[in-house]
Amino acid sequence: MSSASIILRRRFLSGGLALTAVVALSACGAKTDAAGSSDEAAQADVSGDTVKVGLLNSLSGTMAISEVTVRDSLKLAIDEINASGGVLGKKIQPISEDGASDWPTFAEKAQKLIKEDRVAATFGCWTSASRKAVKPVFEKNKSLLFYPVQYEGLEQSPYIFYTGATTNQQIVPALDYLKSKGLKKLYLVGSDYVFPRTANKIIQAYAKANGMTILGEDYAPLGSTEFSTIANKVKAAKADAVFNTLNGDSNVAFFKEYKSAGLTAKSLPVVSVSIAEEEVKSIGSQYLAGQLTAWNYYQTTAGAANEKFVKAYKAKYGEDKPTSDPMEAAYTSVYLWKAMVEKAKSFDPEKVKAASDGITFDAPEGEVTVDGATQHLYKTARIGEIGTDGLIKEVWDSGKPIEPDPYLKGYSWASDLS
Amino acid sequence: MTVILGQTFTGISIGAVLLLIALGLSLTFGQMNVINMAHGEFIMAGAYTTYVLQKSISDAGMSLLVALPVAFLVSGALGALLEWLLIRRLYLRPLDTLLVTWGVSLMLQQLARDIFGAPNVQTRAPDWLTGNVTLIGGADPLTVANSRLFILGLAVAAVVALASTLRLTPLGRRIRAVVQNRDLAEVSGISTARVDRTAFFVGSGLAGIAGVALTLVGPIGPTMGTNVIIDAFLVIVVGGIGQLKGTVIVAFVLGVLQSVLEYSTTVSVAKVLVLVAIVAFLQWRPQGLYTLRTRSLV
Repeated sequence: MSSASIILRRRFLSGGLALTAVVALSACGAKTDAAGSSDEAAQADVSGDTVKVGLLNSLSGTMAISEVTVRDSLKLAIDEINASGGVLGKKIQPISEDGASDWPTFAEKAQKLIKEDRVAATFGCWTSASRKAVKPVFEKNKSLLFYPVQYEGLEQSPYIFYTGATTNQQIVPALDYLKSKGLKKLYLVGSDYVFPRTANKIIQAYAKANGMTILGEDYAPLGSTEFSTIANKVKAAKADAVFNTLNGDSNVAFFKEYKSAGLTAKSLPVVSVSIAEEEVKSIGSQYLAGQLTAWNYYQTTAGAANEKFVKAYKAKYGEDKPTSDPMEAAYTSVYLWKAMVEKAKSFDPEKVKAASDGITFDAPEGEVTVDGATQHLYKTARIGEIGTDGLIKEVWDSGKPIEPDPYLKGYSWASDLS
Repeated sequence: MTVILGQTFTGISIGAVLLLIALGLSLTFGQMNVINMAHGEFIMAGAYTTYVLQKSISDAGMSLLVALPVAFLVSGALGALLEWLLIRRLYLRPLDTLLVTWGVSLMLQQLARDIFGAPNVQTRAPDWLTGNVTLIGGADPLTVANSRLFILGLAVAAVVALASTLRLTPLGRRIRAVVQNRDLAEVSGISTARVDRTAFFVGSGLAGIAGVALTLVGPIGPTMGTNVIIDAFLVIVVGGIGQLKGTVIVAFVLGVLQSVLEYSTTVSVAKVLVLVAIVAFLQWRPQGLYTLRTRSLV
């Protein structure tokens, strides 16, 4: 090698180091920002004739496929409330921030909403990783987050209201359903982060106590699009059903590969807990027809409240837009917050929390009730089958709202989990 | 046995994807020594081209076939423009090129977000690509997805086309001359500036073809380029700079290695093991699998 190119390479190396250092430094800067500098509770700004609320969703990146629709339904609820007079006589002014499918960004934006915009409450987050990232920010600033997505349970932050299902309202009923159908050999596939890993721990414990076997457990990085090996493994394992906790558009690649491997809903059904109507639309119903999902709400759920919600949503965002469970939970969460604030006659988070127990709302999924002790909701569990038209048809429901049990204290097999 | 064969084919198909995304880079980085961080965004441009064409041509199969040449031209034009605007002023300044093209890559990502929206989009695969071919029948059949066969065919065709262009055409002869000794090529009457631009056009155009292929595997989004660019650079560095055959061999070896390790461990562990294997290999052969021997002083 000539001396000229050695010098070139050295300059290249030192430059590379400098670049790394700059990137590392800027990352540190972001971290201190997110952690915040003062300990005092943030005061929401409610002096004017409007009250600000934060909407914190991924509007870009791998989770945007799901989270944009949640932002849209939050806006729908806010518009409806504003049209009927607002909350305590104040119009709601939403401040939307993009979490960009990146967990530190979520923490940063949460800090910004609380400290700079001085919002009265924040609505949003989807993945558990993003919720875990913002949880300390909300707790430290004593500000409220309404979290609208089903999750893995085993959590009860004093400053978060969980309006999606916890495990005993979604995953456990889904397992009960599989057991009742005689599907006892399961294969677990999930994205590699906190929700799928914890959910699968719960499934393992359930299986052990209920005579079911888990033939394999595979995780792919969030956003991964290479699923041919996992499909081959699933096929070779000869399971009765697949329990799918993949999130975001990894599902697109997974179901394409699933079909390519010659697997179908008839030969090997997949139960998914993160695929709702919106995801069905973008994955393509030809890949999903016949597969099962577990949720608390479908667009097809009967009831006047749902008809009104679906109609209003389509009128605002377009006839071809479906409604889904997290969207419904998000929509409901704004109304629940309004009811809590009106009962407390204050926007103060402590007073809102104190007023929360027993608040009910005639939600699109049916009546929901806030359990003040756990800050979760009583919700009805529903199993659905995806149709060729992209809608989900209910095949089973729990009959009545199930009491939330985030730590699964009422289940003996779950005693080792928390 | 079926499992081993199935996994081997999976590995080959992962290798075909790797090969397609690395092939254009083997020309621009491998032959011309330009570190183009925006190469991934040229792949993205090819993918979005497929998406746009499918919007206007409703027949999925036809739009895919039309997308191949159009994506080649779109990404190639982007590449030639980048070369003419920026890179030609920065030859022999690799660090500056790296930073400038990284900036361009961020701008292209934002541009895609502004035009197509932040959420990822999908294309429909034509019916003749959604099925399977059964290689071994019986109780435990070995099936291979049509889309994977298509990608494999595309990769092989692209390699053959690139190799024969480099070997047989006057353009290829000029490119090789410039790569081997730029000064001597110039005094022999070759316009090196024009050769650079043409080579960059072809290399970037191949990225567009890779983008079309990737729409069959996963979603199309503004960050899809950054997801694959590291793998592409790995293939080139391990394969050896300036040699097409190194790129081809390494792409398939890494693909099979990844799929075999993934089957016996997990996705993440397999990625780590592949990277460890690469680091170990580069300790032993820092110059890569094949190198170009020249008498050039630079």
